[in-house]
Amino acid sequence: MGGKKSDIELLKGGKRTDKRKPEDLREIKMEANVVPNADGSARVQFGNTIALAAVYGPRALFPRFMQEADTGILRTRYNMAPFSVVDRKAPGTDRRSTEISKVTRLALSPSVLLDDFPKATVDVYMEVIQADGSTRVTALNAASIALASAGIPMRGLVAACSCGKIEDTLIVDLNGLEDNFGNADMAVAMLPDKDEISLLQMDGLLTKEEFFKLLNMAKEKCLQIVEQQKSVLKKLYKVDKEMTE
Amino acid sequence: MKETSYAFDLLQKGKRADDREFEDFRKLELQTGIINTAEGSARVKLGDTEIIAGVKMNVGTPFPDTPNEGILIVNAEFTPLASPDFESGPPSEDAVECARVVDRGIRESHCIEMEKLAIDPEKVWAVFVDIHIINHGGNLIDAAAIAAVAALHNAQIPKYDGEKITRGEYQAKLPVVHKPVTVTVCKLGEKLFVDPTLEEEQIVDSKLSIAFREDDYICALQKQSAGSINFEEIKKFIEVAEKKSKDLRKKIWE
Repeated sequence: MGGKKSDIELLKGGKRTDKRKPEDLREIKMEANVVPNADGSARVQFGNTIALAAVYGPRALFPRFMQEADTGILRTRYNMAPFSVVDRKAPGTDRRSTEISKVTRLALSPSVLLDDFPKATVDVYMEVIQADGSTRVTALNAASIALASAGIPMRGLVAACSCGKIEDTLIVDLNGLEDNFGNADMAVAMLPDKDEISLLQMDGLLTKEEFFKLLNMAKEKCLQIVEQQKSVLKKLYKVDKEMTE
Repeated sequence: MKETSYAFDLLQKGKRADDREFEDFRKLELQTGIINTAEGSARVKLGDTEIIAGVKMNVGTPFPDTPNEGILIVNAEFTPLASPDFESGPPSEDAVECARVVDRGIRESHCIEMEKLAIDPEKVWAVFVDIHIINHGGNLIDAAAIAAVAALHNAQIPKYDGEKITRGEYQAKLPVVHKPVTVTVCKLGEKLFVDPTLEEEQIVDSKLSIAFREDDYICALQKQSAGSINFEEIKKFIEVAEKKSKDLRKKIWE
């Protein structure tokens, strides 16, 4: 999330730096079960942003004092690879990734049902391997598919989308330039099947009207994204027609 | 655990342990200029919560992507002195989140005129805002944001001759032009309330922190807690936060 001044023209004749219209998503690619060792995993790509997510668990949680007697717990880690950005990022946890690890956990927790797994943990590891804006929502979309493919009981999938503002134009799915130099950016995650918001972060300047408009734009895109997540998951469980007949 | 909580029981009945209305803040006390080694400072007491924010300034090199602007760094320390739940060691997730939410409220409101902090092409002023929790009685983010912004409004730029800073002597006030106020709205069941105590904070379903500028622009948002928020409810959250931010702003600056 940024908001610095620049000479780059983010909107030219109604088109964005990557030729998109304000309300267009980038090309989205999704794939499930990309990490064989994990119980569930996914790879999601929004334009040039690529995130992987792997789920391990439910598994025993140590140290013991972290265990909950009546429910399993969800743990998340968001991390960016040093080579994922133009100027190498120092490896390891920084303040930004600490915060994103927390908010992504809170974004996923309304969805997962862990009451059947007392004393256990479900660990979600998110790795951004190529970054061009909207990394947290891309990682969340992958995490949601990974959780479902790991067979974790869920109230619904979590779909996420970024949105923001360039001067007076409201846009969705920010790329790196728009993230850095736009006037506002907002990350939204929701459970589309429940009409609930599970992640909401914004920085920049927005009027109330702009905020509600953006929220609706993001919602519309999340409804679109969740369909793609579902179709990727369905492919994992291909029904053999001859067998069922 | 939630169901056995006294605060939960009361909130269900529309009451609070300290007899406040749902949209009431606890008693707010604000003092500024309380630390004489700091360039600016503020102490905020919000009920049992006590926070001190201090501003220190140094001369530094600008970030390559903002060569003509000063630097702002906001840090929060949840010292073990302030709560049995705080431990020493590297900053916890909550401390990092608190610092970053406060940082955004300040940065995105353009509250400090950062261009005025450029000294020459190689040097700019770096503004460090350190938030120190003295007692954790709930609602740290709102209290920390008040303390940080008040400390900035109180801050002065030290005397600098191009080579060395003379501490204790000042050349100007820090150019702070806006008054962002952050309000965290909590939800429990169908009920919305503000300024949770520690006990209330532990049982909320969801929390949303919203920073408003004095011209009604929203400058930062952050959903906290594990629960989700319905699309319909968001409007109510924003309404409550806007109203309360205006009340608080009056209390702080009038």
